[in-house]
Amino acid sequence: MSPVAGRGREVRTSQPHNALGPVGAPRLLAGLDSAITTVGLDQHLERWGRLPALGSASILDELDRSGLRGHGGAWFPVGTKWRSVKRSVTKRPVIVANGAEGEPASGKDRLLLDGLPHLVLDGATVAASALGASRVIVHVPAARIPAIRSAVEERRRFGLDSVDTEIVEAPDRFLAGQESAAVNTINNRNPGRPSFTGTRTVREWGVGARPTLVQNVETLAHVALIARFGSDWFRRVGTPESPGTALLTVTGLWPQPRIIEAPLGLPLQQVLGLSTEDAGIFQGLLLGGYGGGWVPMAEAMVMPLTEEAAREHGSSIGPGVVALLPSQVCSLSEVSRVVSYLESQAAGQCGPCVNGLAGLDHSMETLAFHPSSLRGGTSRILAHCDLIEGRGACRHPDGVTRFVRSALRVFSDHVASHLHRGPCRSRIGPCLPIPTVRRTVRQGRETK
Amino acid sequence: MSRRRIELIVDPIACDGHGVCAELLPEAIWMDPWGFPVIETADIPAHLIGHARRAAESCPRLALTLVERNT
Repeated sequence: MSPVAGRGREVRTSQPHNALGPVGAPRLLAGLDSAITTVGLDQHLERWGRLPALGSASILDELDRSGLRGHGGAWFPVGTKWRSVKRSVTKRPVIVANGAEGEPASGKDRLLLDGLPHLVLDGATVAASALGASRVIVHVPAARIPAIRSAVEERRRFGLDSVDTEIVEAPDRFLAGQESAAVNTINNRNPGRPSFTGTRTVREWGVGARPTLVQNVETLAHVALIARFGSDWFRRVGTPESPGTALLTVTGLWPQPRIIEAPLGLPLQQVLGLSTEDAGIFQGLLLGGYGGGWVPMAEAMVMPLTEEAAREHGSSIGPGVVALLPSQVCSLSEVSRVVSYLESQAAGQCGPCVNGLAGLDHSMETLAFHPSSLRGGTSRILAHCDLIEGRGACRHPDGVTRFVRSALRVFSDHVASHLHRGPCRSRIGPCLPIPTVRRTVRQGRETK
Repeated sequence: MSRRRIELIVDPIACDGHGVCAELLPEAIWMDPWGFPVIETADIPAHLIGHARRAAESCPRLALTLVERNT
């Protein structure tokens, strides 16, 4: 099949666009042309102008009206989150622009941080002034630091922001971007690992024991545009519940992964620019990354790109990862590899997660490679999932079970074939991206 | 209509599977195959609140908390 560009805009073949064009035109990526690797402050201001001086109440109202939700993975309403951080009267909050992006199949935060750092930093500035923050911290992997540092220095020279921006390196771990893990990294206390937040969230008690807003960098970039153009403009695209656009990292469709900006609400088929015939060469679509869920190809094609539709399918848009799995690949060996990776990335702090994921990893590996040794079949795997869910300090175990459950459902024919005819001999793959894991000695508890 | 409910929550990081909670409150807590507590009834009925409080106070890791929530 030929690579096809959908209505979503992909960055490689980009043409200059009118920033405020019709529905379907890019918003965040409007300033990013293929020839430009980083949009500097001059270009940024030329395109978007300076941030308007907005009062705290009006920006919070505007955010509520915009319906913007968090694009880091949770899709939590941004206005609600900001208000809960603002509740404290005795402490000034901290803003964390979170670009840790531990998800191996995601590249959109990287694109924003390297290409459009000023859009992200504008969003952080809006948050700082709306919430009266005393600190702004950008939390990014080591490789993103040079670009963001020079952007911060440009703004400093220009005297753009009233609160100075600090940069903190995020460790290279799947869970590094988890809200409480990011706070722990910044506090240099149990870095890269989540905390139990069941009795007190980071919104109340985060960086330096202050109320803390941890917001994904894409979400902040949307905030930067909402502050300039308002909620009505933002809602011109998308659906009432999932307004605006979203950055998606698409893997498996083109020779290389690509990042596109898609209007929410469009059917996925249109977003990806796939013909029905092209769709037939894939056996399933993974939405939401490795904590997301598989959707059968036929359903995915007609499914609108909204968080509501994704949840109805047992998935989530999550951090905007879309991965297509070709039909000739053994889905179960792909799933097993990912589950092993996710198991290796657990923080190792909670008993049910440590033991549960080790068991799930073993079961999925058996199903993929030695299915005749699988005791109890898939019903035992599902019962195992029941036992793990909701029992970690963070949602990592729940993400793994969602991934496994959806795989067993969507690839049920292939599961049956493994159980009745043995493992398949497909040598194609691996397809789903997994970073090389440095096996370090686990801190924390041992498997019982 | 809002009412107060007493919830029992376990901090899974602090918990090391000592098991005293399941011993003291088997009506709401059982132990999983790995030896960690599963809170079956998060919303504790009035007649069990005394037992729940004792379970929380007896946890050697202070991993169990009774919280009051308005629903």
